[in-house]
Amino acid sequence: MATPLLVKILYSLISLAVITIWGLTLGGIVRKIYARVQGRIGPPFWQPFIDIIKTYGKRTAVTHGIMFFLGPVFRIAGGIGTYLFIPAILGSTIFSNFSVSGDVLLVMYFIFFGQLGMALGAGESGHPYSAIGVARGLAQMTAFEVPFALSIIAIAIQYHTLNITSIVLAQQGSILNWTLFTNPLATIAALIAMLGMNMHNPFSVVMAPQEIPIGPPTEFHGSYLGLMQTNRGIFNAAKLVLYMNLFFGGATNIFAMVIKTFAIYMISVVVGVSFPRFRTDQSIKFFLSVPTLIALLAIIIMVL
Amino acid sequence: MKKDNRLLPNNDVPDVERDYFCDAYPEPVKPFQGFIEKFLNWARANSLWILGFGTGCGAIELRPLMTARFDMFRYGMAPRPTPRQSCVFVIGGYASIKTLKRIVRSYEQIQAPKFVLALGSCTINGGMYFDSYNTINRIDHYIPVDVYVTGCMPRPEALIAGLRKLQELIKQGKAEKANEYIKNFEWYKANQKKVIKDWNMPDYNW
Repeated sequence: MATPLLVKILYSLISLAVITIWGLTLGGIVRKIYARVQGRIGPPFWQPFIDIIKTYGKRTAVTHGIMFFLGPVFRIAGGIGTYLFIPAILGSTIFSNFSVSGDVLLVMYFIFFGQLGMALGAGESGHPYSAIGVARGLAQMTAFEVPFALSIIAIAIQYHTLNITSIVLAQQGSILNWTLFTNPLATIAALIAMLGMNMHNPFSVVMAPQEIPIGPPTEFHGSYLGLMQTNRGIFNAAKLVLYMNLFFGGATNIFAMVIKTFAIYMISVVVGVSFPRFRTDQSIKFFLSVPTLIALLAIIIMVL
Repeated sequence: MKKDNRLLPNNDVPDVERDYFCDAYPEPVKPFQGFIEKFLNWARANSLWILGFGTGCGAIELRPLMTARFDMFRYGMAPRPTPRQSCVFVIGGYASIKTLKRIVRSYEQIQAPKFVLALGSCTINGGMYFDSYNTINRIDHYIPVDVYVTGCMPRPEALIAGLRKLQELIKQGKAEKANEYIKNFEWYKANQKKVIKDWNMPDYNW
């Protein structure tokens, strides 16, 4: 039975609200963890929410042109688009979102889309640091897309489908059915690509506040920045949900989703607190060597 | 509040550069009423993003705030590298005339509501540079100041106390100096132009 359109929209809004709140909370928890590792008390875990309220509450704003307006809009459209085509919880009517056949390709496109929109918006602000940040960001993104795309191809060959729901269904039953165990090479390559995607150390050179004041969003303020902060929550959580679905067997209830996404994010965080920062050329060289070879190997093994 | 249709003269900007700058006159923004403003003020107070203007010796006291010993992050304060995104402007000690130009420029680029915390005796009365030919004595003749932290130099604890005081003021709705700057715009501009001789920027840096 098809769900009526209005009900579907309501479900999507609920799903989006839950993932926004979870994404922002996750960001706050990670800040707290970083602080504890550095021996500080750190901000409360609800700090991202206060920051967002404050940035939306700014009284004045300036603009640098139409693309400057549209940059954050594209960014959040990319985040929402990424999330809305991933089934967050298997078998749930509210959290199944708009999963269709071939949605892996759509999601991969949406991951790219927000960054490109942001690049155009930041470019119009005319700030030199924005331009440097955009150049670094796009270069690094192009590099980590290679192992990511290759490992997605490996999974597509393995499961003979590009539909996320089918991929999750194929992993049900036992923990040994997870892609993590059936196709470990693709998982490793994709997880390394995720380190770049999440932009924690050692791949944080794009927004490094110590080197290029905050990078692409240098000129963005007030509501523009608020949109981007909201997007950070949605986008982060959406990527984690995607990884959970593709490699860690998906989730059948919301608690499983929360625990699994948290655990996957911790990989990024543990690497982030332990390592210093790569330069852009180093990170490109890194992504195009070991993880790319691992992903190629995964494809070859799956084809054989 | 009625709309201000005056334009800034921007007399000192060269003709070829006029197009690059906005010549709209800045306007005070009326705060919301009642609980909305209280709620926003609570959020503002608990999320102070600091732009450190580190040209005076006081800048050295800002760094320890980010370390494990003083840890300003637990109060929701964070350093922010660009004036567009920050809301607290910390003047780190004495301001030479050359620096003052940049202070004014950065201050005007911060979006309202914005707060200024002046650090050290030099910002209050000139301190040990009171008779210097190229430092200004009172910073609040040039930009409005919310909180002063006295001392030469104040320790990081004093700076934290100052920031906590600023949080209190914001929560009480008493930190509306950004609007005062606009209301007394002519007076501030006259003061600034009196000391800054090579004024080659627009009259208000949007």
